[in-house]
Amino acid sequence: MLRGQHRSLQRLSQSLRPFTSSSSAAQQAQAQAPAEPAQRTSFGGLKDEDRIFTNLYGQGDPFIKGAMARGDWHRTKDLVLKGADWVIDQMKKSNLRGRGGAGFPSGLKWSFMPKASDGRPSYVVVNADESEPGTCKDREIMRHDPHKLVEGCLIAGTGMRARAAYIYIRGEYVNERIALERAVAEAYQKGFIGKNACGTGMDFDVIVHYGAGAYICGEETALLESLEGKTGKPRLKPPFPANVGLYGCPSTVTNVETVAVAPTILRRGPEWFSSFGRKNNHGTKLFCISGHVNRPCTVEEEMSISLKELIERHCGGVRGGWDNLLAVIPGGSSVPLLPQRICNDVLMDFDALKEAQSGLGTAAVIVMDKSTDVIDAIARLSYFYKHESCGQCTPCREGAPWLYDMMQRMRKGDARLEEIDMLWEVTKQIEGHTICALGDAAAWPVQGLIRHFRPEMEDRIEKASERIAATV
Amino acid sequence: MLRQGLTRLAAAALRVQEVASCQQVQAQAPVTWGRLAMATNSHDIFNVHRHSPDNNLDTPFDFTEANYELVTELLSRYPTNYRQSAVIPLLDMAQKQNQGWLSLSAMNKCAEVLGMPPIRVYEVATFYTMFNRSKIGKYHVMVCGTTPCMLCGSRKIHAALRDHLGIDFGETTKDGMFTLGEMECMGACVNAPMIAVADYTRGVEGFSYGYFEDLTPQDAVSIVEDLRSGKSPVKGSQYRSKAEPAGNVGTGKWVPVPQNLTQTLTFEASGGKPPGPRCRDLDFEAPKDPPAGPPNAKTGSNKPV
Repeated sequence: MLRGQHRSLQRLSQSLRPFTSSSSAAQQAQAQAPAEPAQRTSFGGLKDEDRIFTNLYGQGDPFIKGAMARGDWHRTKDLVLKGADWVIDQMKKSNLRGRGGAGFPSGLKWSFMPKASDGRPSYVVVNADESEPGTCKDREIMRHDPHKLVEGCLIAGTGMRARAAYIYIRGEYVNERIALERAVAEAYQKGFIGKNACGTGMDFDVIVHYGAGAYICGEETALLESLEGKTGKPRLKPPFPANVGLYGCPSTVTNVETVAVAPTILRRGPEWFSSFGRKNNHGTKLFCISGHVNRPCTVEEEMSISLKELIERHCGGVRGGWDNLLAVIPGGSSVPLLPQRICNDVLMDFDALKEAQSGLGTAAVIVMDKSTDVIDAIARLSYFYKHESCGQCTPCREGAPWLYDMMQRMRKGDARLEEIDMLWEVTKQIEGHTICALGDAAAWPVQGLIRHFRPEMEDRIEKASERIAATV
Repeated sequence: MLRQGLTRLAAAALRVQEVASCQQVQAQAPVTWGRLAMATNSHDIFNVHRHSPDNNLDTPFDFTEANYELVTELLSRYPTNYRQSAVIPLLDMAQKQNQGWLSLSAMNKCAEVLGMPPIRVYEVATFYTMFNRSKIGKYHVMVCGTTPCMLCGSRKIHAALRDHLGIDFGETTKDGMFTLGEMECMGACVNAPMIAVADYTRGVEGFSYGYFEDLTPQDAVSIVEDLRSGKSPVKGSQYRSKAEPAGNVGTGKWVPVPQNLTQTLTFEASGGKPPGPRCRDLDFEAPKDPPAGPPNAKTGSNKPV
């Protein structure tokens, strides 16, 4: 009985999880948007005047003077005075989907916060615990454009009727934290936040908090636990943070990029933002391209740009030419990799990559050329998940090291052919059986490897057994 | 099959021995620089506290006057009934003050200041990887080894540092200058490969945690040498400004790309400078908005009928 109850709870929590419910929720959000005049078919080539993060490479002054010259804190008072419903409505119209990985419509998520307080304050919690391998976009925001984030906190706080924002930044980002703390102090000094923020009569505080090196704290409920001074172990949902979150109060955890783009969207209009990208995948996005490309970089581009164009246009192409491409992990380490034949024409947005059995995630593109030992590369990711599992749920705590052990043998070919299926089975035993998505994230890269590179794995096993046979 | 099983058993037994010997060493010898002083991070080995002459209940630890002021400031950030929230920043401060590691008494002091049970503090200190619970060298050199850095040659960086310093992950050089560690993704993947160097010797005020990015193995070695000789090596990327498209070090040497290929953030349209504030007419736009709400069921549109 108890067990059945637990399972149904878990199913419920899964069905409410952003990963699975995003498409229907997105449609709902889309229904309120104005119809597009004509369907565009090609995307990319964003112009400088349409970029939100105009100091991405730190050429200008990141702090108050430079930020105000670039347009931050411009008419923020008017935006705040428009009120919570207006902010939420505009965010919904912009079709912004959360930039932290799951792609849940932001306006909708913000609207889950209670409209009237029952005596408890509400909190905005900004997830700046950027630890997904391949991802380094929030870092650029925090060290080069921190005022966008601080202003975004105020806007998000307005929409959520929140009293304060906590920014949880990862412990390793010491210098980024110093930049952010300076920006917060400047905003307090100018009266943009604090008592009577921007002269609107609203009190709003921004507090910078930091972690100490745990990937799991990027998961929203683990982050809340960590912020409360405990070990970062995810909570079972429901209750969702919008009801019972930080300090038992209604809270919403959002990614840095989502928050930082909000003021610009409100200033320039949701129509402007949703004019980029395909239907349901609108807007601009920061892409971080690392690995075997000629010019690895972080760049803001239009959503739905094709992967090939993204790499060729901004990164000077794959090292040794496009034909030298082996595989791409399109959205940070947690999503399955894509082999070259899919990379040729896949678009970089939530829906297109989902169709390709992968995901946009945080849009951290990890490129591997043909010199890569792809089994080794995925085995290293398995080590990462083994290391970062918080140890709360058995399937993940036991399964992630098991995946790593098996992947180590696969790397050497020290296995039997049937064990590839066994490996697949282990990933399926982990996936969906844990409180948070870290279990899924550990399973997916291995699944992607088996799905697309099974012949290589078999080949390695056969070669290894031939070698052994020759020596005996 | 049997042979494999036996080998693994033997390896496991060896590990148990290693751990046991390490604990013995910790228990007997107060300061053991070199290969035997293994335990640096909670995740490097199975790390259990055992009383030792320099780490026991009577080891003196207290925050300095200046740091108590910081503690007060720190506590003001959180609700008064949730002082526990400050445990990570407080442990971090204790670690900075205590030459980069947390003694038992430092953890107990944090518990006392926050009014929380010591075990809750131990839990936090063992869960997060940035807390060291045994002595480390003057500089904690951490190599990022996760896939994006691995693809760009972090293993060569590790090998170069290992050969140069004569220590492997989790070990400290004999002179107590460097402790080498491996960290999981540090979030500078575009500038891979990278190392981070934490300098705990100058207390809370002078603490520095520098990222050194876009490294070749020679760069890593020269950074370490610079630190040894008291110089301060250039932080950040060794070859470019930040994360702009400029070149790569994937082949073990910097391959630059001509600047004229840069297309982003040149601001040609606005005269080389980022455009100033842009805002639509917020008040004019308001009446044109269709009323918010679910779309009309019959017509499927959200215009009022």
